Amino acid sequence: MQFSELKLLIVEKFGEGVVLAENATYAQPQLTIANEKIVEVCFFLRDTELFFFDYLTCLTGMDNGLEKNTMEVIYHLYSIPYNHSIVLKVEMDRLLPEISSVAGIWRTADWHEREAYDMFGIKFLGHPDLRRILLPADWEGFPLRKDYEEQEYYHGIKVKY
Amino acid sequence: MPTDHIQYQYDSKHLSNSEPLATDVSKLRTEEMVLNMGPQHPSTHGVLRLEVVTDGEIIKNVIPHMGYLHRCFEKHAEKLPYNQLIPFVDRMDYLAAMNSEHAYAMGVERMLGIDKEIPKRVEYIRVLVAELNRISSHFIAIGTYGLDIGTFTPFLWLMRDREHLNRLLEWLSGARMLYNYIWIGGLYYDLPVGFEERCEDFIKYLKPKLLELQKIIIDNKIFIQRTANIGVLPLDLAINYGISGPCLRASGLRYDLRRVDGYSVYPELEFDIPIGTGEKGTLGDCWDRTNVRVLECWESVKIVEQCLAKLKGEHKRTRDFDPQALLPKKIRPKAMDFYARDENPKGELGFFFRTTGTYDIPFRVKVRSCCFVNLSVLPAITKDVMLADLIAILGSLDIMMGEIDR
Repeated sequence: MQFSELKLLIVEKFGEGVVLAENATYAQPQLTIANEKIVEVCFFLRDTELFFFDYLTCLTGMDNGLEKNTMEVIYHLYSIPYNHSIVLKVEMDRLLPEISSVAGIWRTADWHEREAYDMFGIKFLGHPDLRRILLPADWEGFPLRKDYEEQEYYHGIKVKY
Repeated sequence: MPTDHIQYQYDSKHLSNSEPLATDVSKLRTEEMVLNMGPQHPSTHGVLRLEVVTDGEIIKNVIPHMGYLHRCFEKHAEKLPYNQLIPFVDRMDYLAAMNSEHAYAMGVERMLGIDKEIPKRVEYIRVLVAELNRISSHFIAIGTYGLDIGTFTPFLWLMRDREHLNRLLEWLSGARMLYNYIWIGGLYYDLPVGFEERCEDFIKYLKPKLLELQKIIIDNKIFIQRTANIGVLPLDLAINYGISGPCLRASGLRYDLRRVDGYSVYPELEFDIPIGTGEKGTLGDCWDRTNVRVLECWESVKIVEQCLAKLKGEHKRTRDFDPQALLPKKIRPKAMDFYARDENPKGELGFFFRTTGTYDIPFRVKVRSCCFVNLSVLPAITKDVMLADLIAILGSLDIMMGEIDR
């Protein structure tokens, strides 16, 4: 499965507007998908015989900083029988980071999305159980955001040193 | 330091505020109750808290709470140069530090485009130490698993054998567990003089011990009764949950990144990929997972032997060999996104890098931790099992809290 072929099939199925950008120069080529279409595209990629992306390797949240003012979620999909992979990328507004959850497609996404929520405050709509996962529930702020400031005290313990 | 300075203000609400119960207690039926296991519990292999909803001895739901060992790896990674991050990588999976270092170093080398120039001797040493570390990690997994379900002897025997491995690696790098030995572009030092011979002696010593291990734990009737048909993980569920490593292979899929990706010198080496057979019970049960780990130790022994043969023959020690010769002076990859992965003893360890091309520090590093993903399947395979089996299932997943919490 070639990258260009895959992109063509996605565009054929969902129309021009779904692939916002592509980056084939990287060692692992990327497709930027429209935010509202991500779940449908993921279902398509998993269930089509030709792709069969049955394995979600990694799901990454990312803050691009104040200048670009966007946040990203990056999906690394992998197909065990075909041994091919694809990277999907979704950008969203930094002030209101919201995206549909893919936890119903790959259960791997469940905890990874909770982690992205924990660290970046990205809201995954339709997630079965969106709680903080690594940090305590009463922690303030989202630590991996580029403009994160630690709170002064946590339960009377000084945080900043 | 004034003595009246109070570092922690006690409040009885703190605990419930920081990690509240995920179960709605008001909706529980009369016969059900919430049981708290951990964070300090000998069979959670670290600091994992399990919130268990039970009906008598039967488990209705398990909710893992973690983060007690969170050390902000990903935040540190945004502040440190690539080479200074290696000690942090060690501390994620502290029982298999060499494997994690190998994955990390390979990833950065590929980003820099120097991965093809690494001398063969360096690659063979890397594989050698990674496989030694794999054996020692599996020893801990099998030994503590035995402890969990009530057999003490294998643990002591395995710790004794692991001690030899620790001493070998200490001789090599100066540290027993957190090595900082594999560097980007090379190694800290060459093997010490006489290491190959000592290693061969150790392999000679280890083989009968592995047979013994087979007898005392894998073929042990009590062990089989305790683990066969328990915690069955079907293959489709495993793939959907993203399980990797021995847990996935025990479900019957011959999937090993050392073969699939063929990184480093693994394509030149002969070894098999053991998979679960369901011999004593059902395919993908706790017994299968443990058995796969024991069989993998045999495969690692094979790899170590082949590496030693190469290191004494084709790529033997020379006076002018400098393992640090290729260390890049400045580690500044081009702007890119890159995902690097390798096969750790516990599964697929991945590093996702985003680099800007203008700084010596990465813009973002995300760790795809194998134990994190492997643990996520626990609630799915512990429905309606006995409470004692929960321990057996948790142990068989071989989790490592340092890597889950990062």
